[in-house]
Amino acid sequence: MTTRARVLDALGSVHDPELDEPITELGFVTSCEVTFDGDVDIVLRLPTPQCAPNFAYLMAADARKAVRRLTAIRRVTVTLEDHYTGDEINAAVARGEGFTVAFPGETDDDDLDALRELFHRKALLARQSRLCEALLASGATAEEMCTSRVADLPDVPDARRCLELRRDLGIPREDASPAFVLPSGEPLAACNLERWLRTARLVRTGLEVNGGICRSLLQIRHGLAADPEEVPT
Amino acid sequence: MGFVGIHWRGIAEYIGGGPIDRWTEGVDMYERDGEKYFVVDGHVHFWDASPANWLPGQEQYAKGWIECFHAYMALGPEETHWPLEKFQKYSEEDFVKDVFQDGHVDAGIFQPTYLKEWYREGFNTLETNAKLVEKHPDRLIANGRWDPREGEAGLKQLEEDAKRHNLQGVKLYTAEWRDGSRGWSLKDPEAQVFLERCQELGIKNIHVHKGPTIWPLDKDAFDVADVDYCATNNPELNFIVEHVGLPRIEDFCFIATQEPNVYAGLAVVIGGLMHARPRFFSKVMGELLFWVGEDKMLFASDYAIWEPKWQVEGFVDWDYPDEEYSDYPAVTTATKKKILGLNAAELYGIEVPQELRLPAEAGTPAAREDAQLAGDAT
Repeated sequence: MTTRARVLDALGSVHDPELDEPITELGFVTSCEVTFDGDVDIVLRLPTPQCAPNFAYLMAADARKAVRRLTAIRRVTVTLEDHYTGDEINAAVARGEGFTVAFPGETDDDDLDALRELFHRKALLARQSRLCEALLASGATAEEMCTSRVADLPDVPDARRCLELRRDLGIPREDASPAFVLPSGEPLAACNLERWLRTARLVRTGLEVNGGICRSLLQIRHGLAADPEEVPT
Repeated sequence: MGFVGIHWRGIAEYIGGGPIDRWTEGVDMYERDGEKYFVVDGHVHFWDASPANWLPGQEQYAKGWIECFHAYMALGPEETHWPLEKFQKYSEEDFVKDVFQDGHVDAGIFQPTYLKEWYREGFNTLETNAKLVEKHPDRLIANGRWDPREGEAGLKQLEEDAKRHNLQGVKLYTAEWRDGSRGWSLKDPEAQVFLERCQELGIKNIHVHKGPTIWPLDKDAFDVADVDYCATNNPELNFIVEHVGLPRIEDFCFIATQEPNVYAGLAVVIGGLMHARPRFFSKVMGELLFWVGEDKMLFASDYAIWEPKWQVEGFVDWDYPDEEYSDYPAVTTATKKKILGLNAAELYGIEVPQELRLPAEAGTPAAREDAQLAGDAT
């Protein structure tokens, strides 16, 4: 694997905090250059110059952190381009400082942490329900869904992401832990499955729709082709 | 297209206002497949974002704001896109043509957006809107605004506005910055003072912007929980959540399920999704019909971000694309009539011609009990 491929791979682990999709798939990574000596230059862009600065900061900071973890890398520069608070965010990220330092007197990191946790909870609900619906569609019963264990989950992206989210939320994720959990970590009860799915579908729709609007705005701004699954007829 | 020339006289008589305008004679009611629709556009603007109106020193924000809006316009059909220059400032003639003549809108409701920190004369204010209402009193309603951080002076202004413009509604921006404050909440005790004053003044429709925003930096500007709180405490008032809380549709739906006086304002939902993301649009509509119900959803074009013509026509023709959506409530002609105009007409006391009303008990409201059961999974 080339260094650049490793860097892109690491960027694929950085998620938009609200949409819970990798920034690489959302088209937020404009360029990624690696010099012979191992200096990395990453440029990020968002759907509009006015996208929420707190989310912009999180993605830029997470990107730098993910790439700095790699071996055989020297300097890592992340630049958020075409954003109205880009200068402040770029400076804070480069110095490894928090969002509060980027905008002194205007922000509070505690708010941001709480918001990130809320997004993680919603993302977990949405991902679990997608997994669960797929399993039900392939013949599993409600009872099986509620008694299955982490070890029973298929090795698919949604399942892997669920476990990452559980890690971040402090919800147990050992092989013997329940496959589908409530925010408390308690297993889902079969009698509540329908209700749970109904609610989860709404949360998921919210996430998917926002992702759709973001993609459309990005495509329009940069003259990109529309993604194939949702072309107006 | 049907020809209905007479009914506007009835409405003008009912809501007061001046003589019939020359162009309301011969207004074309929107008709499709033998059904006639009374259209109330719950969210229209008449703004001035031209460079002459940019406040010195704040140009980058004034410019950024309108360019952001302009990007949203591109989510509509290509033939409806405007050049930026026209989008910054359009004429009264454009408004009349796009909204009433071509847009099938029978009555429009102005939601003001002041933004005086960026625009000299404001972006689109009650005063500007009221001038248009004066010319077209039988087709336009101007809403006011307030901000609890303005205290006594704000209350006094609200009273003056209410009396001068006979206000029935206000539009609120909880995320707006002001003198170092990074937004406010409807839970603030000061906000309750204003809500009570609204009741005394006969202002019963409280439109709250809970949707895409560029400010503030850190506060959770999308949080809709404060609507829940004040809707419970003020059951006589109606709370219309503009943009259905996007990007937090789910939070909004859970609230609307529990509060009978909370409504969905569909601005951005139709304009931003129906053309650009038709399958997502159907999902969002299906969810809203399930959780909120067809009696509490209000059509809104958000003109001039998007013209109403394609939105009204597209919505009348809309249905779920395939059986993947079979789990959502059915969409009937009655559903569309309510959403396009009858629901808003009721909130604003707009007289609807007899032939355009629905027989009593038409359609099905949301499965409220089902929805209530499911509302606590996060």
